[in-house]
Amino acid sequence: MTTPLLSVKHLVKRYGDQTVVDDLSFHIEPGECLGVIGPNGAGKTTTIRMCLGLAEPDGGDIAYFDDQRMPRDALDIKAQLGVVAQMDTLDPDFTAAENLLVFGRYFGLPDAVIRERIPQLLEFAALSHKGNAKPGQLSGGMKRRLSLARALINQPRLLLLDEPTTGLDPQARHLMWERLQVLLQEGKSILLTTHFMDEAERLCDRLLVLDHGRKIAEGRPRDLIAQHLEPEVVEVFGQGATALAQEAALRALAVRIEVSGETVFFYTENSRTLLDALQAWPQQRTLHRPSNLEDLFLKLTGRQIREDA
Amino acid sequence: MSQIQNQIWAPPRLSMRWWPVFRRNFLVWQKLAIPSLVGNIAEPLMWLVAFGYGLGALVGQVEHGGEKVPYILFLASGSICMSAMNAATFEALYSAFSRIHVQKTWDGIMNAPVRLDDVVLAEMLWAAFKALFTVTAILGVMLGLGISHSPKLLVAWPVLLGVGITFSCMALIFNALAKGYDFFTYYFTLFLTPMMFLSGIFFPRDQLPPFVRLVADWLPLSAAVDLVRPLFMDRWPEHALRHGLVLLVFSAASFWVALALTRRRFRG
Repeated sequence: MTTPLLSVKHLVKRYGDQTVVDDLSFHIEPGECLGVIGPNGAGKTTTIRMCLGLAEPDGGDIAYFDDQRMPRDALDIKAQLGVVAQMDTLDPDFTAAENLLVFGRYFGLPDAVIRERIPQLLEFAALSHKGNAKPGQLSGGMKRRLSLARALINQPRLLLLDEPTTGLDPQARHLMWERLQVLLQEGKSILLTTHFMDEAERLCDRLLVLDHGRKIAEGRPRDLIAQHLEPEVVEVFGQGATALAQEAALRALAVRIEVSGETVFFYTENSRTLLDALQAWPQQRTLHRPSNLEDLFLKLTGRQIREDA
Repeated sequence: MSQIQNQIWAPPRLSMRWWPVFRRNFLVWQKLAIPSLVGNIAEPLMWLVAFGYGLGALVGQVEHGGEKVPYILFLASGSICMSAMNAATFEALYSAFSRIHVQKTWDGIMNAPVRLDDVVLAEMLWAAFKALFTVTAILGVMLGLGISHSPKLLVAWPVLLGVGITFSCMALIFNALAKGYDFFTYYFTLFLTPMMFLSGIFFPRDQLPPFVRLVADWLPLSAAVDLVRPLFMDRWPEHALRHGLVLLVFSAASFWVALALTRRRFRG
């Protein structure tokens, strides 16, 4: 077994008498993309902040690379990290290229080295034509990609990305995913938090599901789905659909039934007979699909809206 | 709790990593230097013209250090300290606050290997540099107007940098406490404006009632004025060591407090 790039053990964080991260342990192997998913307030960002030494843990241990400890070896560690925070922190007064230059200087890199990297990074971020544009002139997706390029200026061993695609339109999101996949193919390691289950499924080798600061599941996306869910889902919606959840004939054909709003979710091992039975209600609309991460997420963390969401 | 208190009040851990942060501010300023310069020297020059020439015509001469000097010289030598104070204060309050809260520049920097202590140091020195820059421009104008030709102005120059450092450290305390720009009004109204009138810029401090003088003599702006004014008249300041110490103590103590409060603010 290789040494993990980041190994977090029994991490605890409290704010007052509220425990926001509760005995959390996880690790990242070299070349791996680990996704952290969880509802708002699950402790994702707090965990990242502790991993960056920006928040003080109340307990536990954070070890990086060659047994460097956060916060003790914070500067050594950060020299080898690339970070994209939830909020863009680009300098509005600088062009894209200047943003990269100024940020590279924080790592103590000589200007000559940085200037050599800038065209490559701009190209990687699909911003070659925007090198002289200021962040205010860039779209949301461009800004996020510039933030990603900036995080790569020091050629980091590990990337920490906190919701890198939140607020982006589908085109921009897909371009971001594609860029992240390129990085993974190059052998970079990524820790990623996200709200998007398709993002997690697409990019992550392994997932960590957090809720109320605790780890409630961990594993490969496909394994997690197989482990926690029936393979197929039939969604039924339309006027009076929710009453179907009480139909004995249908209940017998589903392993598990959930009602959310006007939709009934029938989780089943075999959808054929269920779909046949549903023919008796031709006015209802049905959607038959394999179960996915979103189902898993909702099963594990519940469908109710969080108060702090 | 006490352990966290200890960490907040731990001595500053400073390194040369402040330099790229200072350079960042310098690069922004380069882009805006000319408008910024106009803003920085226009107001002090208006004071000088309105009070120096206007009021000066009525006042005539003022006694300073046993000799009569023209009021415009008396005022110019004091108001340049006020300019250093204002330039440093504005930068360390409004501009630094924008960088912290609006632009989140500091958050970005701290994802790189730069310690908060070094970021605070960089902001402090940057605000002091801005003060030095403003003061240099005003000195140039004063030389042009022939207000003083004392060669000792060369000594006044680094002293004014020191004044910039003192007020930049003090302003950073309020920067660390502020929740919004409005908060800075208190600092101006309660501290800087009274200090401006009590430090002997517009009139000699002997005019103040004795009990007010007791306090006024130990204000950092008074120390600055007492150091700088004689240099304009080609004389060496009296009690230079004492005044220097006042500035030093205010700087060091303020920097430490500002750093502690900023650490507390950034501790998640």
